[in-house]
Amino acid sequence: MAGIAPTEAQDYFLIGGENMIIAIASGKGGTGKTTVAANLAVTLKDKMPVALLDCDVEEPNDHLFLMPEFTEKESVTLPVPSIDSDKCTHCGICTKICDYHALADLGKKILVFEELCHGCGGCSLLCPAGAITEIHKEIGLVERGTAKGIEFIRGTLSIGKVSAPPVIRKVKRWIKSGPAIATAAVIIDSPPGTSCPMINAVSGADYCVLVTEPTPFGLNDLKLAIGVVRELKIPFGVVINRAGMGDDEVEKYLQEQSIPLLMKIPFDRRYAACYARGRLLVEEFPELKQTFNNLWKAIERRVEA
Amino acid sequence: MKEIVVLSGKGGTGKTTVTASLAALVKNAVLTDCDVDAADLYLILKPEIKDTFKFWGSQKARINEKTCIRCGKCENVCRFDAIKDFKVNPTFCEGCGVCYNICSQKAIDMVDTLSGHWYISDTRYGPMVHARLGIAEENSGKLVSLVKKTAREIAERRGYKYIITDGPPGIGCPVISTLSGADEAMIVTEPTAAGLHDMERLLKLAENFKVTVKVVINKFDLAEEKSKEIEQFCIDKGIEVIGKIPFDEDVVKAISKGVPPVEYSSGPAAEALNNVAVLLP
Repeated sequence: MAGIAPTEAQDYFLIGGENMIIAIASGKGGTGKTTVAANLAVTLKDKMPVALLDCDVEEPNDHLFLMPEFTEKESVTLPVPSIDSDKCTHCGICTKICDYHALADLGKKILVFEELCHGCGGCSLLCPAGAITEIHKEIGLVERGTAKGIEFIRGTLSIGKVSAPPVIRKVKRWIKSGPAIATAAVIIDSPPGTSCPMINAVSGADYCVLVTEPTPFGLNDLKLAIGVVRELKIPFGVVINRAGMGDDEVEKYLQEQSIPLLMKIPFDRRYAACYARGRLLVEEFPELKQTFNNLWKAIERRVEA
Repeated sequence: MKEIVVLSGKGGTGKTTVTASLAALVKNAVLTDCDVDAADLYLILKPEIKDTFKFWGSQKARINEKTCIRCGKCENVCRFDAIKDFKVNPTFCEGCGVCYNICSQKAIDMVDTLSGHWYISDTRYGPMVHARLGIAEENSGKLVSLVKKTAREIAERRGYKYIITDGPPGIGCPVISTLSGADEAMIVTEPTAAGLHDMERLLKLAENFKVTVKVVINKFDLAEEKSKEIEQFCIDKGIEVIGKIPFDEDVVKAISKGVPPVEYSSGPAAEALNNVAVLLP
């Protein structure tokens, strides 16, 4: 599928200002995206104003580590059709044009399957009888606040709703419309995978950090994620988490492909226990602050190059 | 026939490890991988592909430059910001066709898009239905439904007792498709704050389905206190914890070798996985 040029992506997300936007992503889940995003944000905040955007809206976790206080919230809604049976002539246009099969004509009334609706607006636009209006159904929430001196924005998809991208897009609007504008670094915690939620989260970033683990699963999914960021033309590097636990195949692959290895976090039961309790590595193991500082320097060097 | 789907909410808790082990132990199941955008089960089950099918996931709009009069109507009506300067950005086009319907010049075509492939394969443990969503493609829910429908047909035709599905992380579109029609959701969690948080969201989602929920705590001994908290949480909710798998380096070694952990060793994790298989419905 055709890629999108960086300028288009920047335009799309109203991105392209002074602050550096870094997306933390991975193909495989559970490799340590949140660990990297939250610890990097906390490490940086002593040096520069930082914003952290939790775009893993299906399962947001950064708040567990950062304990934010939210001061604003905004609901994310999807416009779904509402049909006035008195005006409806059963002409069949709306059911025919709906590509998502969200409308069915039962003869006496038109049934709306809200869960299938993508909110494209086609039915209300094209109804010749003016029988369709749109009502706004909540599909998620965006909250803004501060956490440990970091500007923090979290998106949450409502349970039972299918569509994460509109929530992610709303979280990202904050990059250019709130206190996050004034930050030097914007860190985006992306959802796992390689499909629409991940693409919406990383699009427009200046740099992407792909977090993986040294296992065949980690390598397989890393390759898929690399495919996406290359398609999107986002420069990227890799962090290996739980290094020393599996095999060397990920490192070999990075060398072969000349992909920068930005940081390794060794496997350590103490780190696992720290994460389990919802604590930050850089707070319990201050020696790791230097490691995360070095990660930032490695990113900065590559973005400026 | 019972359909068991292995889910987690949070990624990386061990869904594929558990699924591969159940596949090796049960030997009377159709196996499916519904984590269609980061599928890993094939690395362990090593399927021999018998049939490959194209997945036409969605349509994308295409503007014909010659007939386009640059009126800009399409850009105005597109809710997905997929049209800029009379060009369609296929990454953001959701195939709704509103632009196609509104264009007075009929300058827009809706073009079928090859969004991935799906496969029917044989493994040492039984047939497998799996898929690969193309890079940067959407409609994973539709592909999941297709995989599951095919698995059901095979299971019914050939008289298999189970369908065992490796599910995707999260709670969104592909997870909802995976849960649909399943008999049992086996939730693999880990003893971490995030593991519990994400499982809670998945449990709330599962309440909307006619599905029995069981929980497996993986690597439970890495944080015993958190494990107890999860067990207590399950007791309070009336959910059965059917397995506690200890952290065992043999699991990592088995995965690195590409074999199900239960075939690699008879260590503590393998033993716990055997006990989970015994408790299948």
